[in-house]
Amino acid sequence: MKTEGLFSKTMLGLGFVFLYVPILSMVFFSFNNSRLVTVWDAANSPTLKWYGKLFGDGAILSAAWLSIQVAAMTATGAVVLGTLAGLVLSRFGPFKGRALLQGLTTAPLVMPEVITGLSMLLLFVSAEQLLQYLFGWQFNRGVATITIAHITFTMAYVTVVVQSRLASFDDSLEEAALDLGARPAKVFFRITVPLILPAILSGWLLAFTLSWDDLVVTQFVSGPGSNTLPMVIFSRVRLGVSPVVNALATIMVLIVAFGVVLSAFLMRRQEQRRKREEQMAAAG
Amino acid sequence: MFQWLDEGALQIKLLIGSYVYLFNEPLYVSAWIYSVKVAFFSTLFCLALGYPMSYAIARAPPTQRNIFLMLIILPFWTSFLLRVYAWIGLLKTDGVINNVLQFFGVIDEPLAMMNTSFAVYIGIVYSYLPFMILPLYSNLEKHDNTLLEAANDLGAGPVKSFLRITLPLSTPGIVAGSLLVFIPAVGEYVIPSLLGRTDQLMVAKLLSDEFFLNRDWPKASAVAIAMLLLLVVPIMLFQHFQNKELQANKK
Repeated sequence: MKTEGLFSKTMLGLGFVFLYVPILSMVFFSFNNSRLVTVWDAANSPTLKWYGKLFGDGAILSAAWLSIQVAAMTATGAVVLGTLAGLVLSRFGPFKGRALLQGLTTAPLVMPEVITGLSMLLLFVSAEQLLQYLFGWQFNRGVATITIAHITFTMAYVTVVVQSRLASFDDSLEEAALDLGARPAKVFFRITVPLILPAILSGWLLAFTLSWDDLVVTQFVSGPGSNTLPMVIFSRVRLGVSPVVNALATIMVLIVAFGVVLSAFLMRRQEQRRKREEQMAAAG
Repeated sequence: MFQWLDEGALQIKLLIGSYVYLFNEPLYVSAWIYSVKVAFFSTLFCLALGYPMSYAIARAPPTQRNIFLMLIILPFWTSFLLRVYAWIGLLKTDGVINNVLQFFGVIDEPLAMMNTSFAVYIGIVYSYLPFMILPLYSNLEKHDNTLLEAANDLGAGPVKSFLRITLPLSTPGIVAGSLLVFIPAVGEYVIPSLLGRTDQLMVAKLLSDEFFLNRDWPKASAVAIAMLLLLVVPIMLFQHFQNKELQANKK
């Protein structure tokens, strides 16, 4: 038993080294003066010059702004559609076509991105031609098509998160509200939504992150002039390392680490409050 | 694809033509074999590293468990593209690994690690490891410890009780984790483009080259459909397990 535990613990330690060394080295070398990135220029380092270059880099800044806009719209759209799909799947019983809907919502979770991207593009091209033919409309691929494509694959994640939250959810609260004369719409907004709100929020964050990070699908559906941040990063690092990208990565890692620590802290406080309330309820 | 169907018989011939092409062109065949091989071995490596890690987390005291899980998930929230990029800095000829090894005199000449299959394996295992660990952990965490104690009382050694009890019980976790790694790995585009060989393509790269460089949309679509057909069985399997998991949670 002892040796077995030792083995798995060693692997856990090595696994964490494996997961974090690349990220930490990227952060470390963002302070390196040398353009070669991984050759430490001891005389002039650490330096913040790449951070200065980053904030003077118009292409990166405008791409980042575009990515934020797309990700926020995507997350909001995905949360609306994903929550509805999750509700239907977990509440409407075994209706006709349920298995198909379940299949359609979970398929994007594992679908290779090139397939999603190519099929979305073919869809947009057909739609373009159809609209042109019917109404003489013309639209260009860009922010709108990127957002629609991102909603399509991120809503699957929201659905799964909401659905698993609803699975462990007490129906009797909604039934009680209905018995007391609340209308279904009111029950939905006053009871159901607040109770699944944590799932909705984490679904929103997940969709935001996935959209913010997506390269492959975006490359297929974006039009001329609409370059998202991953597209700019990809075109820079294709030819090798770039110290500006290291600086950008460091900032992104810091934001994520801060967010994760903050959410862990908030969750912990909520947990403690819940425990206290339970104790007080039991004592009173 | 409506706009192509209009042209009738000629179009159908052309479409079938691109499928026939898929099987006759050595470049395509080798890309398929290579992709499946890379995905398969990456899945095995993920399992070999992920299983003991999940096991150790499931066995850790509850307060530590959440911290460990957070540490597993944290890289997932940081940009996938940038995490793959980080490996360029580590693996390249004047990169961190070569510099460290040379500094300590382990090697005289820098190792050629960039643009090799080795780099692709590293990249895939690194990126998909959390997808292996999370389903495995959620399975291992539910195990009933009394079973192991009973086996222990009955005289089974740790290795035997692991092989006879823990391993069979964790099969759903192993299957779910492996599929979550294998399916996207077959169609992986970013990792082989940044770290991989230039003389051996993977299918996703082939697809995007047909599409963006050669502008041959029917052929790119044929590659996509062929990839989909290859992955239909694993995807269905994954959904089957996903549904069973949801049902189990409901009870």
